[in-house]
Amino acid sequence: MSLPDDTETETEIQTNADIETRADIVLCPDGPMLVRGQAVIEDADGTQHATTRPVSAVCRCGRTSRAPWCDGTHKLIADGARSST
Amino acid sequence: MASLPAPRGPLSEVLVQSLGGNFVEQLPAWPDSEPVDGSSDAPGPADETLALWVLHELSYRGFTDVDERWEWHPDLLVLRWRLEGGLEQRLRKRFPTIERTDDFVADLAGLIAADDGPSLARHLQRHGSREQALELLRQRSIYHLKEADPTAWVVPRLPGGRAKTALVEVQFDEYGAGDPQRLHHELFARGMVACGLSAEPGQYADEAITEVLEQNNAGSMFGMHRRLRGAALGHFAAFEATSSVPSRQLAQGLARLELPDEIQAYYEEHVEADAVHEQVALRDICGGLVAREPDLAEDVLLGAWTCLDLEARTASAMLERWEVA
Ligand code: FES
Repeated sequence: MSLPDDTETETEIQTNADIETRADIVLCPDGPMLVRGQAVIEDADGTQHATTRPVSAVCRCGRTSRAPWCDGTHKLIADGARSST
Repeated sequence: MASLPAPRGPLSEVLVQSLGGNFVEQLPAWPDSEPVDGSSDAPGPADETLALWVLHELSYRGFTDVDERWEWHPDLLVLRWRLEGGLEQRLRKRFPTIERTDDFVADLAGLIAADDGPSLARHLQRHGSREQALELLRQRSIYHLKEADPTAWVVPRLPGGRAKTALVEVQFDEYGAGDPQRLHHELFARGMVACGLSAEPGQYADEAITEVLEQNNAGSMFGMHRRLRGAALGHFAAFEATSSVPSRQLAQGLARLELPDEIQAYYEEHVEADAVHEQVALRDICGGLVAREPDLAEDVLLGAWTCLDLEARTASAMLERWEVA
């Protein structure tokens, strides 16, 4: 059964659903790439690293001391030197 | 389980004495904050802060030989109400106006990035002594031995959506992702024992400086009040977002001081874990919460700001004590 203000309600739900959908791979602005679930990351040398957490962060700035994982170092990089997203 | 701490004034004196005795239905009135006769034995900040910490602790691990019914005793709730009211008022008074744009996550990230408080990790990375490192571990043990627990209260307060699933996702990692060996507060306990310290929660409460107890009280209060769920999640986000880099510095400092691998491992775990948690906490947890409940935005910022401010107060107090401030 349709109600008079049906259209408005539907738009609202769609907007909510847009925001609330989960992504498995997320590129964080000026930060790492988040990977959800089990995955194996192969680094530039061909070495494979399996994820061990519900969500993992893969370094994109190249400055981490714990490659391939992000260690927060990207935050110490001056704004101008940041990789763009 | 820990023993009750030593009182720090008239209020905690009465509280500790009551909890140490038999459970009774009715307690005598609590000493007033501002006695009408202007006498000097009113409870001061150190006294009140310890009393509130003891009250909160009843809801976590409790104390040895203390009747578990005290947790919900109406007379204790009256005192908790008064002390939390005072704390919340103090925190809100300190909170400055934060410039807002239409991108809430960027505002929150900006507020955290602008933090330039003193850093204990930076000091210990290169300069601090072994004694200072061990002292810091004892201070931190008040929180780290129940790490993630204050935020866990928030889960049932969230209506649903991304904020809730993301919070549980991060908490799952904090609680070891199904592996008891990886439970974060157990990792810390193992590190403490390896250093020859006690891993009993609250064991070092007598040593804890008021600033550390206040940090713990704020986290517990935010977590335990549904009304303050915004502040709880903002606090959590700021905590996670300021943990990765300092954890790396601390791990380096502890290695330099040749402290055991187990305690280094605790901080090393937090380098990677919190680099992830930071992103999820900012974007999904706080961003998701505010998308659903926009009225909570200000409280999220309050929580984040408070987390940074209280850590700065603790760091200043410790550096002053070590005469490096
Ligand atoms: S992206 Fe975080 S350290 Fe490189």
